[in-house]
Amino acid sequence: MTVQPLSMASMKRRPSIGTLKFAESIFIPVAALAVSALLFSLFLLALGKSPLMFFQLIWVGGFGSSFSLQNTLQRAAPLILTGLAFAIPARIGLTMIGGEGALVLGGLSAAAIAIPLVTAGVPPFLTLPLMAMAAMLAGGLWIGFAGWLRYYRGVNETISSLLLSYIAIATMNFFVEGVLRDPASANKPSTMPIGDAYRIGAIPGTDVHWGLAAGLILAVALHVIMTRTTFGFAARVTGGNARAALAQGLPVGKLIVVCCLLAGACAGLAGFYEVAAVHGQANASLVAGYGFTGILVAFLARQVPLAVIPVAILFGALAAAGGVIQRRMGMPDATVLVLQGLIFVVLLTSETFYGRIPFFQPKRAEERT
Amino acid sequence: MNETISDGALVTALIAMLGGAIRVSTPFMFVALGECLTEKSGRINLGLEGSLVLGAMVAYAGSFLTGSPWAGVFYAGCAGLVLGALHGFICKLPKVNDIAVGIAFLSFGTGLAFFFGKPYIQPQAPRLEAIHLGDWTGDPRLAQALEVNPLFFVGVALAIFMWWAFRNTRFGLIIRMTGDSAPAAKAMGVSVDLVRFIATAIGGFLAGIGGAFLSLYYPGSWNQGLSSGQGLMAVALVIFARWGPLRCILAALLFGAAGALGPSLQSVGISQGYYFFNAAPYILTLFIMVASARSKAAAREAPGELSITK
Repeated sequence: MTVQPLSMASMKRRPSIGTLKFAESIFIPVAALAVSALLFSLFLLALGKSPLMFFQLIWVGGFGSSFSLQNTLQRAAPLILTGLAFAIPARIGLTMIGGEGALVLGGLSAAAIAIPLVTAGVPPFLTLPLMAMAAMLAGGLWIGFAGWLRYYRGVNETISSLLLSYIAIATMNFFVEGVLRDPASANKPSTMPIGDAYRIGAIPGTDVHWGLAAGLILAVALHVIMTRTTFGFAARVTGGNARAALAQGLPVGKLIVVCCLLAGACAGLAGFYEVAAVHGQANASLVAGYGFTGILVAFLARQVPLAVIPVAILFGALAAAGGVIQRRMGMPDATVLVLQGLIFVVLLTSETFYGRIPFFQPKRAEERT
Repeated sequence: MNETISDGALVTALIAMLGGAIRVSTPFMFVALGECLTEKSGRINLGLEGSLVLGAMVAYAGSFLTGSPWAGVFYAGCAGLVLGALHGFICKLPKVNDIAVGIAFLSFGTGLAFFFGKPYIQPQAPRLEAIHLGDWTGDPRLAQALEVNPLFFVGVALAIFMWWAFRNTRFGLIIRMTGDSAPAAKAMGVSVDLVRFIATAIGGFLAGIGGAFLSLYYPGSWNQGLSSGQGLMAVALVIFARWGPLRCILAALLFGAAGALGPSLQSVGISQGYYFFNAAPYILTLFIMVASARSKAAAREAPGELSITK
């Protein structure tokens, strides 16, 4: 009689492999976040600060009021785009960390093309799309170049894309302090302000600029492209095994370059919104580390474009709460950097647990016999 | 008239570049030697940039608190050692990507340095003294260019030692074997993980010392913009130097000269395009990577286990 319920239990169908994998890919990053929070609490305790207060302030500063929520979303917008800029090349097997450079160059291009257009009095509804296109083109070519170097010249894309970031920042400084400098910007060299008439407004009913909407739309679109189209399938096959993809006759080189173009365009667009919605001009404020945080966002989202959205909002909250933490706890602004770095390290360490937690593994009783 | 002025200016600029190359190259040299050791064992540590920045901060704080710059250098090495050891430990876990972990340590090390370094931005710490090699020339410009920091000679000696040790010692052979073929090392009873752990940790130590040079000698103070990617350029530099410690010195000097281009032109009044010349080292690195990526010599001398060349 006692045997009956046991066999009933084993009769119960195990969830499918897909469900298990999905659960695993949610559980491990969340656990990594929890472990990072725990380690960071110990770090705070060692410094004599209250972890409870810290996490409470993150909640208050990130989501506590409609003001802080909008601040969070404002910062999440570029993070979605730079997260995508890392995630898309990652699906094709590249570790492309040049998002910062593409963002900066995109912002510079947008501001540069705006100068003659604004001076000539071209109306905003023509000027802004042209600015966005210039930004996406510049960012896309920048990262696309790194992808091209990778496939056709065998240059490691991680190092080359990072070098390109430094070159992009130097280029921005070169133009902003030189040819494109607005003489009126005395203390902080900047390009000519595009003016309020040309600024992109907020999404109605909020203070959040339209970059958030662009990020959401692009994340969904790229998710569909990467999971539901032939192109996305080919890209994922290449990411899984480039040699096999070549043997199948897939145009690996073209796929890589197109993915990098898309990625760079995303980061460039983030630069456009920073110029057209946030700063109104291109200057050193563009180098705010969004490109680098985007890498972490993409890793935490496991390079899934849709998952980039919630993760970007989480890190947007962290950035938004930075100021409150600085004021209320008397801690340096680098506190957020330490937490981000810690999450990064723990998250990558957690990669080792995939396929090793028995609960998430499909039963392979038949194979073993 | 113009010509004589420009001749004098040219000599001044060249001398400034010579001195600048020696100064700027030293951190490159230490990071490159550390990375060379790590890569010879078959692993890549992109996080040396983090070790470099943390080392710079710890060295400055150490020098300020103890009053001895050399104690600061030692502490900087230890800070780099800890980060390197953590990197080495995490990378030996299965399924973990060493390049990605390097990026993580880059941001973690930088974050820690900025966090703990905040109180040390203002105070003046005792700096490392230079050795005056050029006083006999009687030319103040040459004398200034030939003020060489002792760490430069330590780096050169270390490179020569590493070159000798890779060829002639048992440990050197073990490292090369681990880097070229992990199965062969295993078959010889060598613990691949342990060798790589040690190589990564020592690599971190050297990167930390490179950072100490930045904050204690040139530019000689601690601030958040102190490092501008030297740790990462050193990774490319090692590829360019084809994993040879002696060639690392030459490559570091070349990079140092490129880095000194902007400031030395500025010293003779050419400030036009200063920011463009600041980009020179990065552009040079990129060119070198393109040139060396498919070369046969690089393919022959690259450690077989290295994921960056695959």
